[in-house]
Amino acid sequence: MTANARRTGAPRTPAGKVAKFFDDRLNLAGPMRKQLNKVFPDHWSFMMGEIALYSFIILLLTGTYLTFFFDPSMADTVYHGRYVPMQNVEMSKAYESTLNITFDVRGGLVIRQIHHWAALMFVGAMLIHMFRVFFTGAFRKPRELNWLIGLTLIVLGIVEGFAGYTLPDDLLSGTGLRIADAIMLSIPVLGTWVSFLVFGGTFPGDLIIGRFYIVHVLVIPAILAALIGAHLALIVRQKHTEFPAPGRSEHTVSGERVFPIYAAKAGGFFFIVSAITCALGGLFQINPVWLFGPYNPAQVSSGSQPDWYMMFLDGSTRLFPSWEVRLWGHTLAPLFWPTVVLPGILLTLAVGYPFLEAKMTKDRLPHNMLQRPRDVPVRTSLGVMALTFYLVLFLSGGNDIIAKAFDISLNAMTWGGRILLLVAPPILYIITYRICLSLQRHDREVLEHGVETGIVKVLPTGEFIEVHQPLGPVDEHGHGQLAYAGTPVPKRMSQLGVGVPLRHIRGFFYPVKEKPEIQAAIDELEAAEADGQPARDEQHQLTD
Amino acid sequence: MTHVEDSTDSSDDDPTTGKGLFVEEDFDVDADVELGFEPAVSATGADPSAVKAARSRKPAVTSKRNSRRGLRRRLGAGAVLIAALVTMGGTYAAFATAGAPAATDNAADVAAGRQLYQTSCITCHGANLQGVKDRAPALLGVGGASVYFQVSTGRMPASGQGADQKRKTAKFDEAQTKQLAAYVQSLGGGPDLPSGSLRAGDIARGGDLFRLNCASCHGTTFKGAPLSAGKVAPSLNQATDEQMYTAMLSGPESMPIFSDNALTPTQKREIINYVQTLKVSKDPGGNGIDRIGPVSEALVFFIAGVGAVMAAILWIGAKSE
Repeated sequence: MTANARRTGAPRTPAGKVAKFFDDRLNLAGPMRKQLNKVFPDHWSFMMGEIALYSFIILLLTGTYLTFFFDPSMADTVYHGRYVPMQNVEMSKAYESTLNITFDVRGGLVIRQIHHWAALMFVGAMLIHMFRVFFTGAFRKPRELNWLIGLTLIVLGIVEGFAGYTLPDDLLSGTGLRIADAIMLSIPVLGTWVSFLVFGGTFPGDLIIGRFYIVHVLVIPAILAALIGAHLALIVRQKHTEFPAPGRSEHTVSGERVFPIYAAKAGGFFFIVSAITCALGGLFQINPVWLFGPYNPAQVSSGSQPDWYMMFLDGSTRLFPSWEVRLWGHTLAPLFWPTVVLPGILLTLAVGYPFLEAKMTKDRLPHNMLQRPRDVPVRTSLGVMALTFYLVLFLSGGNDIIAKAFDISLNAMTWGGRILLLVAPPILYIITYRICLSLQRHDREVLEHGVETGIVKVLPTGEFIEVHQPLGPVDEHGHGQLAYAGTPVPKRMSQLGVGVPLRHIRGFFYPVKEKPEIQAAIDELEAAEADGQPARDEQHQLTD
Repeated sequence: MTHVEDSTDSSDDDPTTGKGLFVEEDFDVDADVELGFEPAVSATGADPSAVKAARSRKPAVTSKRNSRRGLRRRLGAGAVLIAALVTMGGTYAAFATAGAPAATDNAADVAAGRQLYQTSCITCHGANLQGVKDRAPALLGVGGASVYFQVSTGRMPASGQGADQKRKTAKFDEAQTKQLAAYVQSLGGGPDLPSGSLRAGDIARGGDLFRLNCASCHGTTFKGAPLSAGKVAPSLNQATDEQMYTAMLSGPESMPIFSDNALTPTQKREIINYVQTLKVSKDPGGNGIDRIGPVSEALVFFIAGVGAVMAAILWIGAKSE
């Protein structure tokens, strides 16, 4: 549009006129054209970070609506609202206003539920995105800074989520807050002071909801927004990575321009994520605080769990033995190890990994090409090991519910978790390593011998052989000449030609119609096949 | 049968049988050890000669090893102790059980209950409710409330020894269960079945009491929770009013007893009112996912939520290139 205005001099459409008005004053067209012409590579796995971004936008929108009705006050009040099972019960104003949002505010409950589901989605998408970046080596130089920003976003996202979970001041979140206080108190020397600082005195005091509120609606969202901006700016500055394929190199980026194709896709995807989050909010009840009751330090419920992103800490607490260390007249609480030391170690490992890997592999070159997980077996296996460790902790966070549901002894669950936590990661390391090597070997075999055709031939000598379709020219022994390049290799005859970009333009999951020039080539091949002439030579060229 | 009625009548009448009631418990301890091998011996505790025999046995054994003075001192101290305990027990019995057993006790029920007991319970609990060693505890003094809870929830007759008994389909119908309860009540006394409506009072106050007394095991949404070593605080989903009330009165399995001094009958009715009302209440926020909380929410999130966005990116990804 802006480009149009420049070319013709005098725009005729209203939109063009508006664009010219701003361009004349701000000189936008040049820089904007550059940005809108940027190319963004396309792969399904590159969209996980986008889910987090869109969840964040949904969180801002729904969260703003909730602030209109929420009262972050711990002042005592007596409920006289619509919900009968809480009539005349003493509670804080925060809890009362949450009940009012649920039962009296128009759309309050569904907005609150969408907000909560979107929060789960925000952290979940960030974590999945992190694992995508890890397994494909996208964190390598020059992108270590963005890896660190991403980690900060995840930590802040978890803290933000926990603060939001605490705000309704219900019995469940109050129990969570009590545990958070216990974690602070377990820090040696500083613990008591940290707790006093956060709560403004002893637990629970009457300040914490107000403090968490301002942290939840202002401080952390502002930092999150700034860091998300920086995260995206670095992607624009450093360009997005892409998987190796024929015609791609370390020095170019391929894909769709930001405008219009990519913008349309991203816009559409935003609405898909919104639809999914809203569907969850409308169909599944989340955090029914009216069933839990107001927070009262004298009360506690069995099965009190945090939201899923904190559950691994709950799990580590359940699994860790209750070792109490006494040193120089001070007691080191057992809670310190699983809830302060362990996440500290996990975070340190994550922060240090890009630098550690560069040091171990002595690879200090910048990389814009991604790696397939199978091509870096050690990293992939380490990632699977970390994921297994995390999963055991995560599942142990709900081990009481699992024990109840499947009629298993809770003690067995705890011991099973302890054993699995130590035994499963190394076993999965070895299994993953072998799988990676096997996948690599299969790729190499296809490059060397060609694709299995399924045709078995009897030689005059009586020997049976399977006919292989070579992917390219062969040497005097019949071995393929193509080098292993870390790109996808066709494994079946129907996959020949996967290396050619821009194959199809229509189809739900599978293409039904190809781009014109490719369709013409396919038609030609089919015609040749119909004539009884094998079309293998053409297929060679397609893969070359 | 007449013998049974005698004992209950007299315990109502005068405080002296309060002694009998107390001593009977004392005797029960001895009887448990001795009668474990001879369940056929008749010893319902109402037999005063047996009590005396049991009481006099201990000093007789010790006298062989101790001097007379020591013996006298011991006997004296023992007598004072027994007198004090008897007085206390008698006073307690006179006050505490005064109102309780009036409800049931109709001879036909007791007779029918006895019949059922002798066909279904006697193998483990013994001919006189005194229990059988390594099989089952004595039922003297557990009261009709306990019998009603255990039998109506299907826990008794037990399917086997285990960490605790799980709820299953009841073997006896409501009338039979009440007959069994009447029989056990008639022999040993103890907390009896409640009568009248068991839902009353303020739901909200019941909710507060529930969160204070019950939620630490059964959970705020009555889903239950595992306890240590395979024991379970069951979900209250299937519990009826009577079962909840009798459970509070009798404290089955690992559950503590909430006597009428801990939670008054009104408070018990308020709690039941709250639980039963919330159990049938609809979930305003959509599917309640069993009201388990963050764990079931995490399950839905990863299957439905993450599953849907992954399908979406695969779909978009399939259309690219």
